[in-house]
Amino acid sequence: MILAIFISHHALFAQRNSCIECHQELEDELLAPVETFQLDIHQQFGLSCVDCHGGNASEEDMDLAKDESFKGIPKRSQIPDFCASCHSDSSYMRHYNPSLRVDQLAIYWTSEHGQLFKKKDTRVAVCTDCHGTHGIQAATHPKSWTFPWNIPQTCSRCHSDKEYMKGYKIPTNQWEEYKESVHAHALFEKKDLSAPVCNDCHGNHGASPPEVTSIAYVCHQCHPSAGELFSQSPHKKAYDEMGISECEACHGNHKILPPSDEMLGTGERAVCIQCHEPDSEPYQIASRIKEKLDEFIEKIRHAENLLERADRQGVEVSEPKFRLTEANTALIFVRNLTHSFSLVEIEEKIEEGEKIVVEVTEAGENALREARFRKTGLIIATLFIFLLAIALFLKIKQIDRKTST
Amino acid sequence: MKKALQNIYSYIDSRFKLSSLILFAKKKKVPEHRYSFWYYFGGICLFLFVIQVLTGILLLLYYTPSVDSAHESIQYIMSQVKFGWLMRSVHSWSANILIAAIFIHMFSSFFLKAYRSPRELTWITGFFLLLIFLLFGFSGYLLPWNELSFFATRVATDLAGTLPLIGSQIKSFILGGTEVSGATISRFFWLHIAILPLLTIIVLGIHVLLVQILGMSTPIGLGKKKVSEVPFFPNFILKDSLGWMLILALIGVLCVFFPWEVGQKADPFAPTPLGIKPEWYFTFMFTTLKIIPAHIFTLEGEILAIFGFMIGGFFWMLVPLLDRNAAKERKSPVFSTIGWIVFLYIVVMTALTYLLPGL
Repeated sequence: MILAIFISHHALFAQRNSCIECHQELEDELLAPVETFQLDIHQQFGLSCVDCHGGNASEEDMDLAKDESFKGIPKRSQIPDFCASCHSDSSYMRHYNPSLRVDQLAIYWTSEHGQLFKKKDTRVAVCTDCHGTHGIQAATHPKSWTFPWNIPQTCSRCHSDKEYMKGYKIPTNQWEEYKESVHAHALFEKKDLSAPVCNDCHGNHGASPPEVTSIAYVCHQCHPSAGELFSQSPHKKAYDEMGISECEACHGNHKILPPSDEMLGTGERAVCIQCHEPDSEPYQIASRIKEKLDEFIEKIRHAENLLERADRQGVEVSEPKFRLTEANTALIFVRNLTHSFSLVEIEEKIEEGEKIVVEVTEAGENALREARFRKTGLIIATLFIFLLAIALFLKIKQIDRKTST
Repeated sequence: MKKALQNIYSYIDSRFKLSSLILFAKKKKVPEHRYSFWYYFGGICLFLFVIQVLTGILLLLYYTPSVDSAHESIQYIMSQVKFGWLMRSVHSWSANILIAAIFIHMFSSFFLKAYRSPRELTWITGFFLLLIFLLFGFSGYLLPWNELSFFATRVATDLAGTLPLIGSQIKSFILGGTEVSGATISRFFWLHIAILPLLTIIVLGIHVLLVQILGMSTPIGLGKKKVSEVPFFPNFILKDSLGWMLILALIGVLCVFFPWEVGQKADPFAPTPLGIKPEWYFTFMFTTLKIIPAHIFTLEGEILAIFGFMIGGFFWMLVPLLDRNAAKERKSPVFSTIGWIVFLYIVVMTALTYLLPGL
């Protein structure tokens, strides 16, 4: 009876898949689906070839397998609807992944890609261009084309192809620029998955170029403090009136380099001079902010240098070193405060930090004095010991002579 | 004044019989030959031990043995206490020099066959002193509660835990639990400042007493010739003092230019940092455990190595009883060869730890 149950179980569940059986015998692009489908998320959820392509996989004969339900390879123009036939069906999707959104197609139609697609431009991205075909992985899988550190390459497959993008009249250097950005560094070097990639600013299924005002909102998600300070600054109104995007105007877009103090003030690399005339009041304020900041940094470096010298000379300075981190924290605050462009607020914060730096500098000078004291003490003590040793040596010689005689 | 001093002396002498001690010291002779240099390492060990006691007492004034304040108190000693940095550095440096001096003293006594009859007990007590001072080092290393000492203790006690049958019991006895914790620092502290000093006083007392009673051994080859002798007091003791002064100057230089580090406070939840290793005098065993194959025949390599060290140590302690040639004042090349093998093994393994850390 157990044997009967075992056999019937196999008879029921060990259904054949003639699609795979035949394609396994084929080569190149006809074999590829079989190989890549092994890792496909649909396969992991128990779906098989017929769930997308139709047909009857239990039939050995190819003609019988390709019955009236067989859909074959969908045309490129059919792909969004082809995928959406399941992915937009909430009752169907609930069986497999209830938390997955089902509005991708609806959002897609609002995107730049979707809009052009509707105008019969099938060169624009469709589902398979970003997700693949038979090797589709969940976006959380590190090898997925839509995993954060793969997204820039996924988008750049089309957007960096000058030939392909000809006719769309948009730049093709985004990927090259992004690679140099602070965000790319965070993503690729530090493996920080929260660093923004293409879809964080442009959207994914609803991909479109962000509006001037919305860029700032995207940046504010991770940089809320800088955003708030800027919003309260006089620049906000001026930028809005002139239609300049807030963050992008100074920091750029795809090539957002690590911010440096050189961006402030009136130097060659300062961004303030892009708009402000040399004799204007804002120009003077920018110059003063940079001056104050440089002075503060110089004082911190001096204190750091004193502590390092004392540390190298063996004096315990971990406490003042820890205290100095508070001055460095104040420096971070000050750098952030530059988004308010308020000289008064910046000066106040610098003053707070400078009090700490004065303390640390004093501790550093004391530590160096202590190091000098130790060395002097050592010289005196060693000299005394050696004199005593010489005296002892002479005494030993004298005793030895006396003993031998 | 002179009369007052004489009165004080005679008062003490009549009660403590000092004159008999002075007479003993004056009569006591020390053989002098081309290997006499090695005799001074015994005195250096004693001198360094006295430094350990004195600086240890001073450190006790500020040190607090608890997880929350051990590291902070060391930091306080190093940065706030007047000459605290000097006391701690002298304590740490002299501890390390002391271990090195003990090894030198031990190997020189071994190669000069100073262990032979009737000095077997001098050798055995010396061996116990080596173990005691290694334990001093092991327990003292954890007390600053810094990252290196914490993880080195964890690694060492984990090794003890691998011993079959009694491993886990030994580990939990050492640690006072399953992990290096407040209970461990408390145990190590009392071991370091109470139990081990008490043991040292007893064993060292016997060791020094034996040296005084039996005198210093003369190397085998020289025994048959006429070896000149010098009075212990003042000739030998003055030469000994000269060595102590040079050592003191060396410690001073080391303390000023390389004061002992405080290190980062131990974080029990942090992963073990890369390249963690015990104090240098344990590294020959540590490297052996690292390079030994995981399995030798059917036995686990690490356990085999631990048993190897235990048996080797036992053999080393019993050398005076095993070396029959030396006992009969005959040269014993077999034991000399064994000694050289052990010496080279320790030197090579210690060097490998630092030269090939990724081994």
